[in-house]
Amino acid sequence: MTQVAAVAGPYAHEANHVGRIMGHVMLALMPATLFGLYLFGWPALLLFLVTTLTAVIAEAICLKIAGKPVRLTLMDGSALLTGWLLAMTLPPWAPWWIGVVGSLLAIVVAKQVFGGIGQNLFNPAMVARVALLVSFPVPMTAFLSPTPLFSADAPNFLEALAITFGEAPTIDAVSSASVLGHLRTALTGGESVSQALDGFYNPLAMLWGNAPGSLGETSALLILLGGAWLLYKRIITWHIPVSMLASLFVIATVMHLVDGEHYADGLYHVLSGAALLGAFFIATDLVTSPVTPRGQLLFGAGCGLLVYVIRTWTSYPEGVAFAVMLMNACTPLIDHYLKPRIYGRDRRGEPLTYPDQAEKE
Amino acid sequence: MKLFRIRGGVHPDDRKTLSASQPIVTLPMPELLHIPVQQHIGAAAQPAVRRGQIVRKGDLLARNQGAISAPVHAPTSGRIMGIGNFPANHPSGLSVRTITLKPDGEDRWTDKLTPCDDPFALEPAEVAQRVADAGIVGMGGATFPSAVKLNLRDRYRLHTLVINGAECEPYLTCDDRLMQENAAEVIDGIRIMAHALGVSRTLIGIENNKPDAQRLMREAAQAFDGVEVVGLPTRYPMGSEKHLVQTLTGRETPARALTADIGIVVHNVATAYAVHEALRLGYPLVERTVTVSGGAVKNPANLRVLIGTPVSSLLDYCGGTVEEPARMISGGPMMGQPLPSTRVPIVKGSNGVLALTGKETASRPEGACIRCASCVNACPCGLLPLEMAARAKVGDLDGTVKIGLMDCVACGSCSYVCPSNIPLVQYFNYAKGELAARQRSKHKQLETKRLAEQRTARMEEQKRKKREQMEKRKREAAEAKRKKAAAAAQTEANA
Ligand code: SF4
Ligand code: SF4
Repeated sequence: MTQVAAVAGPYAHEANHVGRIMGHVMLALMPATLFGLYLFGWPALLLFLVTTLTAVIAEAICLKIAGKPVRLTLMDGSALLTGWLLAMTLPPWAPWWIGVVGSLLAIVVAKQVFGGIGQNLFNPAMVARVALLVSFPVPMTAFLSPTPLFSADAPNFLEALAITFGEAPTIDAVSSASVLGHLRTALTGGESVSQALDGFYNPLAMLWGNAPGSLGETSALLILLGGAWLLYKRIITWHIPVSMLASLFVIATVMHLVDGEHYADGLYHVLSGAALLGAFFIATDLVTSPVTPRGQLLFGAGCGLLVYVIRTWTSYPEGVAFAVMLMNACTPLIDHYLKPRIYGRDRRGEPLTYPDQAEKE
Repeated sequence: MKLFRIRGGVHPDDRKTLSASQPIVTLPMPELLHIPVQQHIGAAAQPAVRRGQIVRKGDLLARNQGAISAPVHAPTSGRIMGIGNFPANHPSGLSVRTITLKPDGEDRWTDKLTPCDDPFALEPAEVAQRVADAGIVGMGGATFPSAVKLNLRDRYRLHTLVINGAECEPYLTCDDRLMQENAAEVIDGIRIMAHALGVSRTLIGIENNKPDAQRLMREAAQAFDGVEVVGLPTRYPMGSEKHLVQTLTGRETPARALTADIGIVVHNVATAYAVHEALRLGYPLVERTVTVSGGAVKNPANLRVLIGTPVSSLLDYCGGTVEEPARMISGGPMMGQPLPSTRVPIVKGSNGVLALTGKETASRPEGACIRCASCVNACPCGLLPLEMAARAKVGDLDGTVKIGLMDCVACGSCSYVCPSNIPLVQYFNYAKGELAARQRSKHKQLETKRLAEQRTARMEEQKRKKREQMEKRKREAAEAKRKKAAAAAQTEANA
């Protein structure tokens, strides 16, 4: 491998580094996370800690084995962020081993085996989520109605320890389906969309987030707030979130107009499940998304389309993780075909011809 | 005027306030001047003086060689102390042929100056010739001999002269001050260049962070038709020739072509000032303005400096450094080069001397690429720096070229924004260097082969000649024998 001189111009540098990027993403995740922890109480906090800690420790061990600088790389925060994102997509009262297995899958298999940060083809958190969903469908779809901290139903800390680390009999008491899961079941059972969603789905509640679902995806508003922060700080650009949500919304709306009894409307799709979290925090993952604006538009649109297809026509009620992973696989191809136009050349790479000086003297 | 958007670019913290309000001051005469014979792109000049010779300011020190070259003149009067090797103002710090001059302190001009009252009455070729004789090179840092560019009218259909007053590099303010303090002279030089080029339209681009320079230049240009001062958005690399042209005219220079191919020639404001002095006063290029700045410099300044002055003299004049600089740079922080030492001299292309603190250079260890696309968005040339660097890293030079290495203008925008601190430009410069070396060695191989072939041919020729000679001799001998026999027969017969 070529090593260039350590002394390298330019001798000025933007005050930007990987740690700062990851830090801003975590900051942006903070409101939705705190709300989720409040909504689902102590067991959610325990699960969150287990997941993130496992991710960081796994990364440290892998780096050590690979002989890479441990402290420096850990400081970039990418492992913590992966664990964090994974926790956001887990059922809040899932048992501890779900978090541990998930984080190990994410860091060891999906990230370090590929060569560490920047080398992975797939988003590590999504790889872990999909693997968990396929291997352990029951605990991965055991959602519950929110029981905010300090409310009557909320488990106290000791009960929480039992839920997360012990056998958890309490879960049945409050278990519920997520909105998406409920609709899926109802439609399969022959009900119409309006019947299924009546009393179960309220756009305003979804906006605020007081609904059953994964730890961090319930509050549309707080996720949007975080997304706005990322856009404002230029950590991400608008291309992927906008194209992903727009494509999901447009397809859902068209299908709803065609047959409202069988297909839920666009707003429902955008607000439910991990659509928003996925659009702002997961599909935008720098490492696994295309590098050009045009490529990102295509990538986002593909994600939106796939989310709809998976939610509507497969046996999985939620499709964000699958959709993003499928599009991750297309990223190299997209990057290959949608390059920017080089200055002074046409799209095929041929030098431009002289507009007004066809022949030179 | 309508401007055209270019893609990419970055907004470095410009740090110009350090020196922007400092008027240009003439640096006191240093004790010795070290004047390299090559301060331009092209062939080195040939020394025209000997050791011990007394010269006056403006006398020829070294004569240009070949079509792309520039002469070098004495920056002041004094004695030639010697012609030898001296560390160059180049990161390698390698020695180059340098003429050392000891000033006599009188600063007397030579009597060979040829001032001109009305340069516009001269033939364009004559103007270009005088610019060539004055040793003027592109003073924005590129140091391409200016006269060569003024002669392009012979081969291209030119219509516009673009003047680069963008000064988009952070810290540098010498062009800004020059435009403020010598607007009339700069405009005069610009008009002389337009005359030499035979173009009727001149656009002077100045970034919007220099409102005073814009105003004063506009006032100075008012009286003249076809000369327009245009405010440019403050964005690096606005001063890149092809991007400047596109911003001002909307015309994109095709790959592998010159701006002249689309009818436009670009010169720098400092070059225009030198042209004014050369044509009006007959002065050759013996001094220039230099910005001395950076967080480690005590009193940042804009100085008028004789070519050949050691960098240390400039720093001393500015009160030295307040802390040990983390990095000394010749030029701006984006495209400038590290200074090997402060002994090296100021040359025609030096526009800045920077002493930067560790905080200013903000260098961190190189990390892994996280594919954040910052470099892609920053590249003004539409390249994929991350891919080019990845290929250069594994030595795939051809692959690097395939995706646009040769279209890279080495502006450094990509390195500037990379959050993993990957020295991207460095990889590209390395790859370009390797390719050039390969090319050279290929040429060398061809040359060796050609020489070998010539040698074989020569030997064949010699052999052939020898054989002929021998045959001739044989023939002659046979002839002589025959004659002798005939003569003998004759004598016998007679007898
Ligand atoms: S140095 Fe080259 S690759 Fe990097 S931004 Fe400038 S032109 Fe693009
Ligand atoms: S800016 Fe640096 S980290 Fe980001 S894509 Fe380019 S090379 Fe990779």
